[in-house]
Amino acid sequence: MDLTLLLQLTLNGLIVGALYGVVAMSFVLIYKASQVVNFAQGEFLLVGAWVCWWFLTEWQLPFYAGFIFTLLFMMLFGLVLQMVVLRPLIGEPVISVIMATIGLGIFFQALMKWIFGVFAKPFPPIFETEQVRVLGLEVQTVYLASLGVSLLIMAGFGWFFKASKHGLAMRATAFDQQVAQSLGVSVPKVFAMSWAISAVVSAVAGVVVGVVNGVSSALSFYGIKVFPAVILGGLDSILGAVLGGVIVGLLENWAHYIDSQWLNWGNMFQIAPFYGLVLILLIKPYGLFGTRNIERV
Amino acid sequence: MTAMTPCGDWRASYAADTTIFPTRNSRIALLLGIVLLCCAPLVFDRYELSLLINIGFLGIAALGLNILVGFTGQISIGHAAFFGLGAFISAYLHERFHVPVLLCIPLAGLGTALIGLVFGAPAARLKGLYLAIATLAAQFILEDFFARAQWFTGGVAGRMTESPVLFGFAFDRDESYFYLTLAWVIIMFVGAANLMRTRDGRALVAVRDHYLSAEMMGINLAYYRTLSFGIASLYAGIGGALYAHYLLFVSVEAFNILFSIQFLGMVIIGGLGSVMGSLMGAAFMVMLPEVTQWGADLLAGSSIDRALKLGASISFLREMVVGAAIILFLIFEPDGLARRWRLIKAYWKLYPFSH
Repeated sequence: MDLTLLLQLTLNGLIVGALYGVVAMSFVLIYKASQVVNFAQGEFLLVGAWVCWWFLTEWQLPFYAGFIFTLLFMMLFGLVLQMVVLRPLIGEPVISVIMATIGLGIFFQALMKWIFGVFAKPFPPIFETEQVRVLGLEVQTVYLASLGVSLLIMAGFGWFFKASKHGLAMRATAFDQQVAQSLGVSVPKVFAMSWAISAVVSAVAGVVVGVVNGVSSALSFYGIKVFPAVILGGLDSILGAVLGGVIVGLLENWAHYIDSQWLNWGNMFQIAPFYGLVLILLIKPYGLFGTRNIERV
Repeated sequence: MTAMTPCGDWRASYAADTTIFPTRNSRIALLLGIVLLCCAPLVFDRYELSLLINIGFLGIAALGLNILVGFTGQISIGHAAFFGLGAFISAYLHERFHVPVLLCIPLAGLGTALIGLVFGAPAARLKGLYLAIATLAAQFILEDFFARAQWFTGGVAGRMTESPVLFGFAFDRDESYFYLTLAWVIIMFVGAANLMRTRDGRALVAVRDHYLSAEMMGINLAYYRTLSFGIASLYAGIGGALYAHYLLFVSVEAFNILFSIQFLGMVIIGGLGSVMGSLMGAAFMVMLPEVTQWGADLLAGSSIDRALKLGASISFLREMVVGAAIILFLIFEPDGLARRWRLIKAYWKLYPFSH
């Protein structure tokens, strides 16, 4: 038993889990608003991180300016994707929509490899001190900042859906599109907005991960890790997405711990969430917080 | 049975409605097509033959996926893993138990089908998105298993295997392997076309069209969803076994998620719920990289080539083209090549008055 390692991994799990939570939240946002399962969520992270990297290294912009430009770009990116690709598919069966987002995923992943190469590239340093000591553990400053950013985004989402006009319109659309429309909510606008917000929030997560690990196509794997998280929490629950993300983050780090201490199978880190996913689907397919669908003929 | 389809609907019996060949000409056309294909080794060189063989085994696996996705309405994002399972089972049976390769191929199909049934049983409870995610998980779990199971797959090093041999005659050249693949393609496609005419095939379609109504009519949902998974795995296994004994080397990395997505792409591009469409989709997916390569070669040396570094990044370009093809087909031709083919046929049939 190596308690320091366990503690370190738990902390890692919490921090990475918070990021998963953020990505899962932006996934759930799209699903709730427009009933589209976005298999290209990971590519949002990837595109966001690469664009930010490009602004910072090629254009030599200071971090805050590059970051803001990235967010603006991602907003446009999300809007254009929704309008060009997803809008014509409204009303098509689930599989078509899933396939379209999968197609988008491969397309952008290959495009990013083409433009920026296959090797991971580091971000220029953003913080002056690399590491901070918390409770006797060495923690990278970026990690702490990412935890802060995640919490900030979550609080922002909470406010947006509880209090803002657009957030309420979005919730109304998620509840019933026809009713929302009859109350004067523009459903196409809500769809477009949900994609824009989702792209922006994912890009923030992408930049954070990029700053920590460097930017590479491995980033898009976050989009796949989102599935265990959202299934765990329930597909249509924002709170569930956050919790699911944290649980997946902890699960994979603990699996890694068990593996490194006793089993020595290797690769448990990557695979454990999927075993968890299958288990959850068998026991509680609507997740911890999801609403159960009752179907009538 | 007449040579032409009459104008209007004159079918009087159920048998006439479900017949595979509506006219004598359609039967002759198919036989002629097969005979022409048999002459292919005389005309094409080895590279073109290898493309045809690829279309063959990928088409078989794509047909399996089409039975699952197009006919039963269950989605699977883990088809490549089952394809790989078939390849490994066949190679393993041959090496460990010295089963003749020709026998290994159907045995691999059956083995994969059994494992497909095991995966399909829990999947029968799920549908739509949840099933998509569950099969995604199956893809990663199986991929991890392949990399781990040294005794079965040879681990990361991969596993060598041998060509099929029949009475001392080895199918070790593209020309001879082409006939073996063609035979399997015919068997599997005729099998699928006939399956759709049976009680079970109609039940699968009913499950797709409205599963609640199907259940009310006495169709056992769980049974047919599981069965459909089993059939899809059978086809994937046979396709995979043909792949293994063609390449003579099976390695874990081949059966990744991108390959699974390519299978889905074949089914969508060919046409969901169309038997021949699966083959067209496979042909499209095999030819797409070739066309991309050809396009890049055409531009080689030009200023566009230098600006975009086409030559060095052709593999990314191919992936992009696959993604783009899937999206464009979904938006502009959601019923796939099969529908386009029907339109072309209708155009010629009604030639002077095609409107």
